[in-house]
Amino acid sequence: MDNQALTQGIREAASRLLAEGTVDCVLGYQAGTVPMRERPFFAYNPEEAQRLIWSGFCCNNLADFLIRRPAGEIGKVAVVAQGCVSRSIVGLIKEHQLTREQVHVIGVASPGMLDRDKVQALVGPDKVITAAAEEGDELVVEGPGFNQRIARNKVMRDNCYTCVQRNPVIFDELIGGESEPTHGGVIDKVAAPWERLDPAGRLAAFAENYQDCIRCYACRDACPLCYCHVCFVDESSPQWCGKTQDESDVLTYHILRAFHCAGRCVDCGACESACPQGIKVRRLTSKIEKDVREFYAYAPGLELESVPPLSMHRPDDPQGFIK
Amino acid sequence: MSDKILTKDSAASFLAGLGGERDLFAPALAEGKLAWAPLEPGREPLWEFSNTQMSPKEFFFPQTECMMRFTNQQDGEQGMIMRPEPELARERVLVNMRPCDAKAFGVLDLIFCQDEVTDDPYWRDKREKSLIIALACNDPCPTCFCTSMNCGPHSEAGADVLLTDLGGKLLVRGVTDKGEAAIAELPEAVPEDIAAAASAKEKAEAAITTSVEMDQVKAREVMELYEAPHWDQVQESCLNCGTCTFCCPTCHCFDIQDETQGAAGRRVRNWDYCMSWLFTQHGSGHNPRGAKKDRVRQRFMHKFKYIPVKRGGEIGCVGCGRCVQLCPVNIDVREVVRNMNA
Repeated sequence: MDNQALTQGIREAASRLLAEGTVDCVLGYQAGTVPMRERPFFAYNPEEAQRLIWSGFCCNNLADFLIRRPAGEIGKVAVVAQGCVSRSIVGLIKEHQLTREQVHVIGVASPGMLDRDKVQALVGPDKVITAAAEEGDELVVEGPGFNQRIARNKVMRDNCYTCVQRNPVIFDELIGGESEPTHGGVIDKVAAPWERLDPAGRLAAFAENYQDCIRCYACRDACPLCYCHVCFVDESSPQWCGKTQDESDVLTYHILRAFHCAGRCVDCGACESACPQGIKVRRLTSKIEKDVREFYAYAPGLELESVPPLSMHRPDDPQGFIK
Repeated sequence: MSDKILTKDSAASFLAGLGGERDLFAPALAEGKLAWAPLEPGREPLWEFSNTQMSPKEFFFPQTECMMRFTNQQDGEQGMIMRPEPELARERVLVNMRPCDAKAFGVLDLIFCQDEVTDDPYWRDKREKSLIIALACNDPCPTCFCTSMNCGPHSEAGADVLLTDLGGKLLVRGVTDKGEAAIAELPEAVPEDIAAAASAKEKAEAAITTSVEMDQVKAREVMELYEAPHWDQVQESCLNCGTCTFCCPTCHCFDIQDETQGAAGRRVRNWDYCMSWLFTQHGSGHNPRGAKKDRVRQRFMHKFKYIPVKRGGEIGCVGCGRCVQLCPVNIDVREVVRNMNA
């Protein structure tokens, strides 16, 4: 189904849900004011629902907004959810941040979301892109003096190549039907690019990866896992973590955040899509999730029933990593 | 103000001549990103580029800056000893800064160096030791709206020298005394060159496709703007991250920390951002900007109302469009100001 048909389907579902009073709000995407950047949008009535859209640049994880609304304000909300977003919702339900009844999932199978940085790099780092539209398996990019067709498959977000669940794992209605469940890439092959390095090499690669970090915390704030009332970097009495751009402070932030996501990260890529510096934030989280799969045979957010491995203790839990 | 001419062929040697005792910096493309980098004397800078992804405010207001070091021996004879940090050792030439960024630092001068009492020595030291050679924009981006923000693609404010690209050569305009001194040896421009630069300016200004009106924002009382209903929508999707603030050339808030180990320590200031709840958290536990809406509103009110009121009509925004391009949820400042002005 093309974007136009999906857009129409989402609008119809949203209008109906709002008109019937099934939900108070539909959380979806609206066209952004710049190419390749759609924005989260909150529709409260059927008219507003007509502004909802679907495209390959719907890169925010909307589950993030389910937990960031002030307490008490939240009624029943419908959420447009791709596979990974639905997995995040499952995670939030398991972590008791949300009940299944509070959320109406408007599922959409993900075709693999697109990475604006990759598109920009491909057409030329300093070219001004004025329009980008998907046509089937291609993206048509335009700007002053150029019009380029790019295969979608060349410019997807890293996490989408190795997605294991493009279809929503839970939904109340599904727009456009299911797609192939995976994109075909094997996550374990690429999850831990630093594994083969010795400790010094790993530290060097780690430091290099994050050297452009400006500590804006967009990765944290775009992440539906980061709902701590007070994040460890914001603890102030006493302060837990240095605030400077010194390497030790920057790396402390990233490594602690990554560990805090262990066994919970669904690899939605929202952190990388949010990062203004194009940092490969997943280099840490994907390694940790690979470990969780190996140690506990667990991948987060795939179903509602199981207990997350780091939320329980079993006598036969692997202990080998304790030195 | 004098107009000189410089061929691009001889630009590298001219800049090298300015180098000497000074360090040269210019925007350069590295790994697909436009960023400020040292310019080796004798190398030609980039002439065609949009703008660097991050603003060059780091040159004057580093994200992390040590303000002083101290040793606390209160029980000993020496007591508390505080040592100033060394000033900037070498002067700098910042080549090809975009006019919007140069203008931003002119605005920040009004804030960092207000009077005898409010006179930031760290900012002042680096400002005084820098020569800013701006490069006029001939091809503005679709996200640029500088002409609405007391600025423009060929704006001279905040720059010492303004270059205008005329193809194989550059019109070189001395804006300040410091700039005039730097270009004194260059040959005079002929009237045709000056006319060509004027027409490039006109063309560039016409190429700015978005505009933002500010008349109502100016006319309305603070409280009317503050209580307007549109903030409820603007704040909804905001993540409260620091992206807009940190990429912005005029955002300038900071946090000061003392880091100690044993008796020794340093006082360091770091960029901070009004989107963070911690920014306004009081020791008592009270937070005057406790809700997300308070924080989102603050950033726009500060730029478009509080700064104009307090700094003689200057705006805390130069229309560079960086936040429009980088905001992870596409909150578009132009849209917000239009709502404020509606």
